[in-house]
This record gives sequence, structure tokens and C-alpha cells, in this order.
Amino acid sequence: MTQEKPKIAFYWCASCGGCEEAVVDLAEGTLDVVAAVDIVFWPVALDFKRHHVEEMPDGSILATFLNGAIRTSEQEEMAKLLRRKSKLLVAFGSCSHLGGIPGLANFFARDGILQAVYFDAATTENPEHVLPGSGGNNGHGELTLPYFSDRVRALDQVVEVDYYVPGCPPLPKIITRALTTLLGDHLPEKGSVLAPDEALCTECPRKDSKPEKIALKAFKRPQEILIDETQCLLAQGLLCLGPATRAGCEAPCILGNMPCTGCCGAPGRVRDQGAKALSAIASLVDSQDQQEIDAVLASIPDPAGTFYRYSLPRSLLTYKHNA
Amino acid sequence: MPDATTVEKAWDQSAAKANEQYLRRRITIDPVTRLEGHGKIEVFLDDQGEVDRAYFQVPELRGFEKFVQGRPVEEMPQITSRICGVCPMAHHMAATKALDAVYHVDPPEAAKKIRELVYCTFMVEDHALHFYYLGGPDFVLGPDAPPAQRNILGVIQAVGVENAKRVIGMRRRLRELMAVVAGKPIHPVFGLPGGVAKRFTSEMQQQFQAVAEDAVAFATFTLRLFDDVVLNRREYMDLIASDDYTHRTCYMGLVDEQNRVNFYDGDVRVVTPEGKEWKKFRASEYAGVIAEHVEPWSYAKFCYLKPLGWKGFSDGTDTSIYSVAPLARLNAAEGMATPLAQREYQRFFKALGAKPVHHTLANHWARLVELLYAAERMRELAHDDKLLGPEYRVLPTATPTEGVGMVEAPRGTLIHHYQTDERGVVRRANLIVATQNNSARIALSVDKAAKGLIHAGKAPEAVLNKIEMAFRAYDPCNACATHAFPGEMPLRLIIRNSKGEPIGELTRRK
Repeated sequence: MTQEKPKIAFYWCASCGGCEEAVVDLAEGTLDVVAAVDIVFWPVALDFKRHHVEEMPDGSILATFLNGAIRTSEQEEMAKLLRRKSKLLVAFGSCSHLGGIPGLANFFARDGILQAVYFDAATTENPEHVLPGSGGNNGHGELTLPYFSDRVRALDQVVEVDYYVPGCPPLPKIITRALTTLLGDHLPEKGSVLAPDEALCTECPRKDSKPEKIALKAFKRPQEILIDETQCLLAQGLLCLGPATRAGCEAPCILGNMPCTGCCGAPGRVRDQGAKALSAIASLVDSQDQQEIDAVLASIPDPAGTFYRYSLPRSLLTYKHNA
Repeated sequence: MPDATTVEKAWDQSAAKANEQYLRRRITIDPVTRLEGHGKIEVFLDDQGEVDRAYFQVPELRGFEKFVQGRPVEEMPQITSRICGVCPMAHHMAATKALDAVYHVDPPEAAKKIRELVYCTFMVEDHALHFYYLGGPDFVLGPDAPPAQRNILGVIQAVGVENAKRVIGMRRRLRELMAVVAGKPIHPVFGLPGGVAKRFTSEMQQQFQAVAEDAVAFATFTLRLFDDVVLNRREYMDLIASDDYTHRTCYMGLVDEQNRVNFYDGDVRVVTPEGKEWKKFRASEYAGVIAEHVEPWSYAKFCYLKPLGWKGFSDGTDTSIYSVAPLARLNAAEGMATPLAQREYQRFFKALGAKPVHHTLANHWARLVELLYAAERMRELAHDDKLLGPEYRVLPTATPTEGVGMVEAPRGTLIHHYQTDERGVVRRANLIVATQNNSARIALSVDKAAKGLIHAGKAPEAVLNKIEMAFRAYDPCNACATHAFPGEMPLRLIIRNSKGEPIGELTRRK
């Protein structure tokens, strides 16, 4: 008698495809995954269509791993459909978890984005100001496009989410750990982020070089200094977000000799990653003089975009719309 | 008079009924599968059930050009790699080269070699991925194979687990190497204006040499496999050469000073549908050559050759539509810079009769010729001791202004153009992304394939897959095409009658 294998689905919304590649990066491990589960929907790799999902009974998929943020009406529909069909819905990767880099679009109003792309781009020739989605009856019939909504949302701002797998993209070791957990007998508390709940600094290969106290008179941009390959990057004046970022990835960016940019989000006790990062960085400023402090902080050209690189939609910031 | 609730109820009932009718009569493929991103196809039929016009639509937009405004320009290699997680290295590299230009700095020789070595490693990996995971199943399993088998798992069964492990293992080792130098294979971190973030060591060099040797053998093995499963089979050769998959357009690709294919650097060469050189230009001159057209029915823009003007979706001698990616690169160049790939290049054009080759499906073969070139070039570079030069970065000193960076992404010519303020904060960005260059020709391909394959209103599953093959050959990445719009591309195929009403219902079954 063959026992039915648990059904798993993968889907993507406003994302780049890196999360799909991350699954493929399990390499030989994918063969184990395939042996353990039945993949019922995965558009990048398998020819199952949306109607296959619609025909499944509600709750028949054990877990859907959904990556990407939610921006269009179609993405919202798919998120709701897969929520209904799945016992567990897992937000996979930074965009789904926190809004991700596409979430930086929330700094701008919807119309400004459309204008930049379709009217103002250097090589765009659009004298009649045609806008996609404005409908088009080409003499054959109506052609429609999903609605490009006002802002980017993280998955849990659209549907209920059971678990989160962090990272841009999640690394193979984090994915393996998450899969093992979800297929095991003891599910963690609902709403958990499936990665260690501590700051990246605790597993940083350079942690021993981090001084007891870091005191900086200016922050550096990576093109301004030759970066030492062994020393704590914060101590070198670079904006490394390790102190405000969750561990689990084992610091591949730092192994690449560049600072952490915070893709795994903050540890659980932190409510707002950007605010935490800002306070961690500000505490390193070596001055009591307000003018001098201002000057030091002015060496950070884009604080909001830096500290909220991956988490703007999920942050406490409300929406400021630049034109 | 009926009350509001009754009216509402009646309204809802009739709406539900109409909806049901609509659904029953609609033909849908959703999502498009085995490619990166989302897409949708609408086919309109005439009274006889023949195709009047088919549209390929991209249903998404993310707006990178806008939200990179205000970001520090040195972050662009990492931010723009999120346009596409399948070819993040391509965006990372185009952005890094744009940074060189923005900061007016020429990287040291070691840095250029390190970048190209990593880039070739990436090209080997990406081209192999497309063949085995995305496009290959249509040939290894056959376009008419049941959809449930027509995927990488089916390929594994067909070629045997040992060979499959070889493919998977090769890909893993290539990606591990990228991580060694670039931090991560998906969303690398090593590109900086004037060089790379990290020194290249002799241990790394040994690792690259070992893997490069295997990569050349792997590429050769893949070409032989292609011979066996495709070239030696008459029905596939007929399919490749069939008119349904053929367009006469211009072709574009990066070439070295001897007009040979190059992925990392050089000038762009454009040839006419007759194969004559039409123009050769530098990255910084792109805006005089390429323009983008907007249609109301797709979020993707359609590139064309600006001096020729937008002439609509038509091919032939006067067309301003051009194509990029493997077939286009081979057509736009005069040869390959490595010996084994050069041999395959000659065999390719000899077998297909003439140059340029206009058969879209020949992209699959062209991709493997490039796979071999990338592996050979990787091996060459891995043996170059200049990689180990002590100077792998120069710190920029000039005030940042404006710059263009260009590479050949796996899916075609990729251009990043940034303007900054004097602090190096982005003011404006313009991105011409690989798949976008192809979007007009892809629109042609889908229309033509639909016209050739759908008759009397009949469109069985295998026919729909053959329409998908018309764009799968380009290895399109609608994550890229919509950098402006990322990520997804479920394809929906809706077939309508001459009144624009959706008709028929097709479902794919295992």
C-alpha cells in the first residue's frame, strides 16, 4: 500500500525568480525533496496551470511556499486562492515576508512610477502617452491587464500567513531547515520565522574582531575605502546591518567582503527593523556635539532606503509619496 | 415595485450565470510555465475559427526605474540584481560597469579578469539551466508528451539518474564558485566602481581551473546529447525549420574587435535580416539606436531600432524590429573566440543552411554553442595569472556624474544607464533589459505560431504547448522585461470568436 505523499506548492508574485532558483539550489537535495513530497504546482518548472489549483479541494495542499510581494490584482487573487487550498501558507523570502526591494516603490506614488517608466524614460518614445492597462480594443476585442495597485504589500498584509522563511533569497541551509521543520511532527508556534532568533553578529565569521565599543567620526561608503578582509565591517565605518538582522544565513555577504544589508529581517523581539538599525548605527557616533553628530549622520546618503532596504511595506512608517 | 435587495439578487444571479457561460467558453493557459515570469496570450478567431490575431501580454510591473531614485549609486549592483534572480549576475555586472563609467574610473586588469571569469561561470550555469530545466523537456520528452512528464523530472527519467546527477552536480559546483568570489550566486555583492570587493587567491584559481575543465567536458556532452535527441531526428529538424517559427528581423549582440561573440565587453553590432552590418555602436551611444514603444495591452515595452522608426509588428527587409539572445548573438557576430565553440558555430550555420538563421527554435542549439564558448573562456581565464594581480580595485576620485554599463545577459543585450548628483545619489535611471529587446519579436512569434497551429477553432493541449514553445525558445524572462516589472508570467491563453467573445474550453490533463 502506498501512502500518499504530502502535497507542496511553490508560487511567485512580485518577485525576481531568485526564490525559485534558491529551491533549485538545493541541488542533489531537490531529489530528496521530490522523493518526500508531491509538488502539485510550480510554474517555473512544471506544466500545471491555475485551473489545476482551482480544482483541488480546499486545504488539500499541505504547504504552499509563496514568494514575492503583492502589487497587482492578479497577485492578490492568487494569494487568496492558494491560502484557501493550503493548510499552511509560508511567506518565502524577503519580498513575501517584508515587502522586499520592490517594496522601495512605496516611497513613490503609483502615478509617478507609471510616468517614469512609460513617459519619461530616456529611450521611451510615447508621444500619445499610452499607458498599459488603459484598455485596448484593437478591433478584435478587449484586452485587459491586472490592476497595478497603489502600493506594495507583504503577504501577511493580504492573507493570513502561518510561517516565514527569511532571506533574499533564503539560503539552502535555511530552506532545508524550514522543510524539515514543516514535514516533522512538531510544528513551531504559528507566525514563527523559521530561522535562529538572534542577531547576525552572533554567527559572523568576523565577530571576534568586533571591538567592545565602536566609535565613529564618519561613516564610509564601500567605494571610499579599501575594505579589510578580516576586520569587523562596522568597525571600518561601513553600514553593516548585522546587529539589526536575524541570523541563519551564516553571513555570505560578509564572506564576499561587503556589509550585511538586512535581507533576513530583524530578530523576533524587534518590531521595526529600520528603527532598530538606525538606533544601532546612531549609537556608534563618537560625539556629544549636536553639530558634529549631524555631520556624521549626513555621511549616510539614504538612511530610509538603507535601513528599510527590504522592509518598507512591513515597517511602522506610513506612506510618504514622493512625486 | 421590487425592493433593492430583490433587484440586487436578480442582478447577482444573472451576473453569476453570465460568468459561468463565459468561463465555460473560455480557453485559458494560466500560468505560462517553464520560463521566468508571467505572461498571458489572447487569441482572437475569425468566423471560420482561424486565428485573426494573437497577443502576448505581460501582466506585471515593479517600477525599478523610479524607486532607485534617491538610492546611493554604489548600491545599484545589489538593488538591480533583484530585477531578476535568474540572471542576477548579469544585472550586477551591467550595474558595476555603469558605476565605472559614473565614477570615471578604469578598473585594474585583475579586476576585469575576475569579473569576466565569474561572468563566464554564470553563463555556463544559466545556459545549462535553460536547456535541462526549462526548454529541454520539450525536446527530450517531446512537445506532445503528457504535461505531467514534460519537466526536469521527466528529463531525469529519460536521461537516467546518473546523467541527471551530473547535471545537478555541475550546476551546484558552478554556483559554489560564484559564491566564493561574489558572496552569493543569487544577488552577488562583489561589484564596486573601479574593481571588485575581494582579492582573488591562488586557492580560488585552482578551484576554478578544476571546475572549468569539467565544464568544457560537460558542454561537449550536452551538445552531443542535443545531437542525439534533436538534430538526428527529422521531425524536430522540420519543426525548427518550419515557417510557424520563422521571422526575418534584425539581430543584435556584443562583439569583440574581431566581431566575435563576447559576453562581458565590446561594442554592439546590429545586422539586417540579410545579415549585413547595419551599425556598430558603443554602450554610451545606445540611446541613439534603441527606442521603446508602449502598447496599452502589455506592461512590457517594445524595443525597436530608433533611426528606422516604429513600424508596427512586422518583419521582413524593412523591419525595425530586432532580436537578441543566443541566436541573435551568433547571427550578429562573425565567429566565436574559442576553438571548440568556433567549430560548433560553423557546424550550426552549415546545418541550417544560411546566415542569418531566422528560425526561433534554433535558439536552443545556439545556446549550447555559447555554453561551450563560456566554458572554454572560463578555462582560459582560470589559467590567467593576471587574476592574482595585487591591485584589484582603484578608489574612484572623480565626481560621479553619468554612465552606461552593458553586458550580454544570457537572454540578450542588457543596458544600465544612471545619472547621479555630485554625492553619487541616483537621480535618473534607464534600463534596457534583455527580454525587452526581444518583446516585439516574441509578440510576432506568438501570433505566427497561433496562426499556423490553431485551425477551425481547435486547440488541443499539445498545440498550446507548441505555442508556448514559440516564446520558450527565447528563454524569455518577464521578470526582466518588467524590471520595470518583475517576476511573473503566468500565461493565459484566451481564444475568442470574431465578435470578441471567448469560446470553447480547454483544460490540460495529466
